[in-house]
Amino acid sequence: MSDKSQRIGEIIAAHAHQEGPLLPILHDIQHEFGCVDAETEVLLAKGLNLTRADIHGVVSFYHDYTPEADPRPVVQICRAEACKANGVERLMGAAEAAAGKRVKISTVYCLGLCSSGPAARTGDDLHIRLDEKAITKLIENA
Amino acid sequence: MTLVKISDDALALAGGADKLAKAFEAKGCEVHRTSSWGMQWLEPMVEIDGKGFGPATLDDVDAILDGSSDKGIGVIAEHPFIARQQRLTFARAGKTRPTSIDDYEDTGGWQAWKRVRTMEPAAVIEEVLASGLRGRGGAGFPTGIKWKTVAEAKSDRKYIVVNADEGDSGTFADRMLMEGDPYQLIEGMAIAAYAVGAQTAYIYTRSEYPHAIAKMEEAIRRAEPIISPLHMEVRMGAGAYVCGEETSLLNSLEGKRGEVRAKPPLPALEGFMGKPTVVNNVLTIAAIPHILAEGGAEEYARLGVDRSKGTMPIQLAGNIKHGGLFEVAFGLPLGELVNEIGGGTFTGKPVKAVQVGGPLGAYIHPDQFDLVFGYEEFAAADALIGHAGITVFDESVDMGEMARFAMEFCAAESCGKCTPCRIGAVRGVEVIDRIRTGGRQRDVLELRPQMHNTTKDKGREAAEEVGLLTDLCETMKFGSLCALGGFTPYPVMSALKHWPQDFFGESEVPAEMAE
Repeated sequence: MSDKSQRIGEIIAAHAHQEGPLLPILHDIQHEFGCVDAETEVLLAKGLNLTRADIHGVVSFYHDYTPEADPRPVVQICRAEACKANGVERLMGAAEAAAGKRVKISTVYCLGLCSSGPAARTGDDLHIRLDEKAITKLIENA
Repeated sequence: MTLVKISDDALALAGGADKLAKAFEAKGCEVHRTSSWGMQWLEPMVEIDGKGFGPATLDDVDAILDGSSDKGIGVIAEHPFIARQQRLTFARAGKTRPTSIDDYEDTGGWQAWKRVRTMEPAAVIEEVLASGLRGRGGAGFPTGIKWKTVAEAKSDRKYIVVNADEGDSGTFADRMLMEGDPYQLIEGMAIAAYAVGAQTAYIYTRSEYPHAIAKMEEAIRRAEPIISPLHMEVRMGAGAYVCGEETSLLNSLEGKRGEVRAKPPLPALEGFMGKPTVVNNVLTIAAIPHILAEGGAEEYARLGVDRSKGTMPIQLAGNIKHGGLFEVAFGLPLGELVNEIGGGTFTGKPVKAVQVGGPLGAYIHPDQFDLVFGYEEFAAADALIGHAGITVFDESVDMGEMARFAMEFCAAESCGKCTPCRIGAVRGVEVIDRIRTGGRQRDVLELRPQMHNTTKDKGREAAEEVGLLTDLCETMKFGSLCALGGFTPYPVMSALKHWPQDFFGESEVPAEMAE
């Protein structure tokens, strides 16, 4: 048994007492391995007595699970209505230029900081009232 | 020692509240990390002896302490933004430390829970009915009736599910409540479980709210002896907006794709794992402890207008000068909320549009600012209050672009189960693009003589595309399974109706659409 399959077995066991445990299990896997890949789907299907199609259907439905790990740092930028009202679209050019190929910019729809946008998130750190200078700095330090 | 209060709400943290708190500690102050008052333009705000200073930076620390700071706003509780509110659900905002169970108890916490347990469950439901409380998630269904249905259902297991999947842009009241007053939500859930006979209560919230999740989990651990034997658990979503829809949320909670279920059966009868389930919004459940306190239901029913009873935590967002949380009884005109309380736009330019109720809410023109804040009043104007988020836009916004974004958002977030939403949203983006670029010419292939079945006319004018868009919106409105596809037409059609020049260009608005 490989390390990975053993670890996934442990994660499944840790959630065995929960009702409908698939999402909490997938969160743990995504957090630990940075992705939920095809190999993991097979292991999960076996461990939870579901078909691989069931697992893949769930994994591919949600934005938070990715099929491949991405080593780049991620900056999530909110581009929903309230942040658009505060001009986030005018910052995107500078943001993408600052990110280049080194940083991954991902769009998120709402961080709940809607009175003080444009807002962004890096890990568990939140950022508000961003302007071109602030967002560039934020991405360069990501 | 000087007692300094600084919020640990996510928005204050984003503004640098942690560093600020450390700086005050380094100066020998005692720092309490409290919930946020909801005056978000002042965050991070520093409170000393009831007086506020904000937005504070590290450079302000010395001046605040020696009394020479020019960022003072005076006594917070007397500030017009706070003094004009009627805070019931957010009564503790700014005053208590969120996860301190002592602070909660000292401010009237658990009173309702103690009282409820001396009552018959049916009597509890009667009081909820009498209060006139309606679901705060958007649909406005009477909470008492939902509870009664679950209470009367026969089943070995029943569930309470709190919908904290607050994905609407322009809303943050659920987040503020979970981060600022988690015990109130826990008390409300315990009362709901007692009233309907549920053994388990889930809070389903978003992965975008890590601070709220941490606070809720800590509060649940500490409150366990009080609410036992009720089992309570926080579940984290995975970035799907549609999971804010109750049946989709239930599927997600069960570990499935977050696809919408057809109703009936109602979740009240066949909900989580097919068992009777109360699905209520955070703000609905958080209003419960107040309602179930002695005389609370009558007080609640006295507030508000018509069939919209009680108070609503309104969220002022977007391009607004004084953004934040404003809890008030239903019945204020929209214009007063935006211009007087919110102070107009942050940029100082005229307000062009406001969107009420998140991405699925209609865009409202300043001409309609006398609209009174209430469920029926908004419905009559082809708008909705939703989760009571108000997003303000100044004149720089392109409403054609916003209408396109509404369709684009629906396409990105559609669960894919029903056709009007899944395909309609994609077609919606295309049609809006064609309106904005002057219609559709027949392409080279279509015009080839070999293509016998294609029409060889000059294509469609922009005005004709509007007919298509209207038709598509009708189909989505009446043919979609849930509010995502069903309400996306509201922002689209309202933008087209009030700001046609943003779609066609100033000179080319068709005569029948010009106002």
